Amino acid sequence: MHQINCPWCGKRDEAEFQYQGDASVKRPEPDASQDEFFNYVYMRDNPKGWHTEWWHHIGGCRQWIKVVRNTITHEIHATGGPQDDLELPKADVK
Amino acid sequence: MSNEFRTSKAGVRLNRDKKIAFKFDGNIYHGFEGDTLASALIANGVKLMGRSFKYHRPRGCLTAGSEEPNAIVELRTGANREPNTRATMIEIFDGLEAHSQNRFPSLKFDIQSVNQLLSPFLTAGFYYKTFMWPASFWEPVYEKFIRRSAGLGKAATEPDPDTYEHAHLHCDILIVGAGPSGLAAAKSAAGSGARVVIAEEQSDVGGMVSSELDQIDGVSAISWCQKTLAELSTHQNVTFMPRTVVFGYYDHNVMAALERVTDHLLEPEQDQPRQRLWTIRAKQVILACGSQERPLVFDNNDLPGVMLSSATRAFAERYAALPGKRIVISTNNDDAYCTAEVLKNYGVEIIAIIDARTNMTTKMQRLEDMGVRVLTGAIPQKAHGWQQVSGLSVQSVSGEFIEKINCDCVAVSGGFSADVHLASQTGAAPIWDDDLQSFVPAKPIRAECSVGAGHGSFGLADCLFEGHQAGVGVAELLGFKAEETKPPAADKVELYTISSVWRCPGAGKAFVDFQNDVTAKDIALSAQEGFISVEHTKRYTTLGMATDQGKTSNVNGLALLAAARGEAIEKVGTTRFRPPYSPVAIGAFAGRERGLEFQPTRRTALHECGEKLGAVFVEAGQWLRPQYYPKPGEDIMAAIYREAKQVRDTAGICDVSTLGKIEIFGADAAEFLNRLYINGWKMLAPGKARYGVMLREDGYVFDDGTTSRLADDHFLMTTTTANAGRVLAHMEHASQVLWPELDIHFCSATEQWCGVAVAGPNARKILAGAFGDALDISNDALPFMGVKTFNWLGTTARIFRISFSGELAFEVNVPWSSGENMWNAIWEVGQEHGLIPYGTEALSVLRIEKGHVAGNELDGRTTVADMGLGKMMSSKKEFIGKALSQREGMMSNDRATLVGLKLKDANERLRGGAHLFESRQGANSETDLGWVTSVADSPAINGWIALAYVKGGLDEHEGKTLYAVNPLYGEAPAVEVCSPHFFDAKGERLHV
Repeated sequence: MHQINCPWCGKRDEAEFQYQGDASVKRPEPDASQDEFFNYVYMRDNPKGWHTEWWHHIGGCRQWIKVVRNTITHEIHATGGPQDDLELPKADVK
Repeated sequence: MSNEFRTSKAGVRLNRDKKIAFKFDGNIYHGFEGDTLASALIANGVKLMGRSFKYHRPRGCLTAGSEEPNAIVELRTGANREPNTRATMIEIFDGLEAHSQNRFPSLKFDIQSVNQLLSPFLTAGFYYKTFMWPASFWEPVYEKFIRRSAGLGKAATEPDPDTYEHAHLHCDILIVGAGPSGLAAAKSAAGSGARVVIAEEQSDVGGMVSSELDQIDGVSAISWCQKTLAELSTHQNVTFMPRTVVFGYYDHNVMAALERVTDHLLEPEQDQPRQRLWTIRAKQVILACGSQERPLVFDNNDLPGVMLSSATRAFAERYAALPGKRIVISTNNDDAYCTAEVLKNYGVEIIAIIDARTNMTTKMQRLEDMGVRVLTGAIPQKAHGWQQVSGLSVQSVSGEFIEKINCDCVAVSGGFSADVHLASQTGAAPIWDDDLQSFVPAKPIRAECSVGAGHGSFGLADCLFEGHQAGVGVAELLGFKAEETKPPAADKVELYTISSVWRCPGAGKAFVDFQNDVTAKDIALSAQEGFISVEHTKRYTTLGMATDQGKTSNVNGLALLAAARGEAIEKVGTTRFRPPYSPVAIGAFAGRERGLEFQPTRRTALHECGEKLGAVFVEAGQWLRPQYYPKPGEDIMAAIYREAKQVRDTAGICDVSTLGKIEIFGADAAEFLNRLYINGWKMLAPGKARYGVMLREDGYVFDDGTTSRLADDHFLMTTTTANAGRVLAHMEHASQVLWPELDIHFCSATEQWCGVAVAGPNARKILAGAFGDALDISNDALPFMGVKTFNWLGTTARIFRISFSGELAFEVNVPWSSGENMWNAIWEVGQEHGLIPYGTEALSVLRIEKGHVAGNELDGRTTVADMGLGKMMSSKKEFIGKALSQREGMMSNDRATLVGLKLKDANERLRGGAHLFESRQGANSETDLGWVTSVADSPAINGWIALAYVKGGLDEHEGKTLYAVNPLYGEAPAVEVCSPHFFDAKGERLHV
């Protein structure tokens, strides 16, 4: 069970959140090609190590937050709001 | 029976003032409060406690603790029956009923023990090799045979009457284990002020210390432990949790623990759960889990009466129960000499000590000086006896027979294994220590450390020192300052030496995994057949896969596998350690979330109004909604038919409170809706409603509903009941992630507004009567798709001229708390105008007659064009899902699109889920044209009608006959394809 530091609420149990997938993809501009939208909707990397993810605080403030999590160790490096740019740690695993 | 094997000395856990009567296999026995089932049976001279899994061999208990593989019994009766519990962990209480398992007709005479004679065929991989073919035999023949012969106990067939609870705990330091190491750690950490929790699997402190021989700080070790606990309990920052096993070490230092709250009582006390599942979040964890003794692997080593040396001592010291009167001890290390000394003190005759080591140690010398015979360089060859041990043949390490010794108990010690389960569950694979002949924890990768025997430090002095240091160190790591104290001191320092003999030579059955009946031969066979990876051996032989998780068998098994491979044990490694450390009842995981408590039940403000009128309720997500209102003697179909008919004849009222309602505010609200919906919203005037459809980003239909503009910057969106939560999350994503620049605010208002639909030719008359003159709802004042806010009896109310039924209809919303008043006001007036209540079924009939889509049609694979609403999609603006809705496959002409169906033969009926074909013959996936989504027995059309998706749609099939094939019911009625707008296609009834 993770504890996720919600930028609005503080540390909260994982049970309050809903996982919403890869936060590194960005919605294309409206006039972008169909292929770009296709990639945005369907294509995902499956990284081993650090990953930026969306977690939706549905049982709390209902904010979508960004979480930098390690898919191997489940360590959480940083959390932030939707507009924050979170850097991935250089070192792979502590 | 008498307690002839009970000594009058010792028994630190017993309360001899309280005698307890219990039943085992129907016989009544007596014990004392504090006894375990195993210790009480031993005190009564009962050695035979169960039959083994595969060969049905007689078994007694091997251990005195939670690692027990043999003495697995069934507890209680009826609904409370619980199979596969360990006799060594059950504290007896007055009225306890326990039964042995895996035997028929009785424990002493078990028919399936002939399996032993078949044993040449029941070796490793037996199932894989035997039950291969024919494949058709699997389910009817093989599986039944395997199930009957394999299962141990029987689960109760009635619902579990006990309650289980979930609880959370946060602490600075969690200490697992209240032996000397754990207590020393707790003692040094307690003074620092850190919040300390000590979890102990057993009912009391002490772990493996001997109350007879060990001394700490000048008193007996067990008194020191009890005294330390008493001191700790005066600290407010220290919590001691007995009968609590930490069974899982998870990410972020979360530990799962099971507390046996009332298992030691006949009935839980009022308001007490039977067990409590703890989620413990600890900043630091000190693992003081101790060690486990290993059995020796020799022929017939599973006979009742062959027991671990430390267990014989534990039974005597903790419970004053003597496992025998004439004992042979067989060992390869010094610890068993402690057993010899203790048992001797209690009057047990130590016939001989057999030691695999060849060099004399001081301990050997001491026992010899006490007059005990010690044979060095000797190991067991074979245990003798029928249902319990009566003697032991002894051989030299090189395999020459020495002699046979008669005895009634064999205490064995194959050395100790540090209990590395929890430390290894963190992902740090344990390391083999050749001197100790044990795995020890690797360098921690979480905020934890191991101390004492669990760390591979088997001497008491080391345990105390390590525990003390860890308590101080960990407290300081967390920023607490521990008081300066001296570590507790043991009276002597002892060296642990061991000389392992993994397989004592022999040709018979020598068990490695007692619970799964895995023998030394099975492991050799596995290696011989190529299953040499430890993970493969485990699965091929089932070594370590029983409920005991191989606690007594893993190291012996690995060593034998290493020998078969001709490699060192560290090369073989261990299988992965996974939770749970010991078995946990499913009920504990379910906790209170069972039956109606599994999820919340949501009732609308009008629930009781529906109940009073005899509504039958149906679950709609978490909501309960009136499904239909049967009159006396009326079945469901008749009730639905009557309700649907009367709405069109006079009027009906329906609770629609469960529709999702989202209030949207802000200067950009219309722009926001424009981007969510496929159709436009900017031109919608205040006081007007509009039907909208939204897509998912992949271009398929997501949800639909009516959204009203209440003011320039204020909208009220409605969603389907089922999608309310998902639509809100979707909007939150859009506003927070995609377009944070939009000036909008919104929130769910589903539970703030109670809603009813009043539909039918008399609807206007009824509402005008109910709400009085203040509200003008004439066609001019409130035309179709008009919205008004009005004041009713001091509260704000909203009225919407919208219709799902195709009749003149209104929806009225009032604050939740005024819901019942509203219903009653409408109901009262309605009595003069033929008003009836109608449920979700009649609602569905009415909307099918109108060709309105609902959940059945919006199944996540539907495009807007499939629904026949392609023209709604705006080409002038951007919205979610637009780009991908234009994909070739989603625009193609051969997609299945919405049509209506009419049943041709009135003697038949239609069912949802049927597939449509041009012919009754040759119905297969190639000739499949589509499927039926919703059906209704329609009063307006006077017959069965349906909505369906058909390839080519109306263009290709209008007027044609198709067949609705339903193999489940063996039906294939003929249907005529028609427009889905069955009734009042022009909508004249709406605009009156």
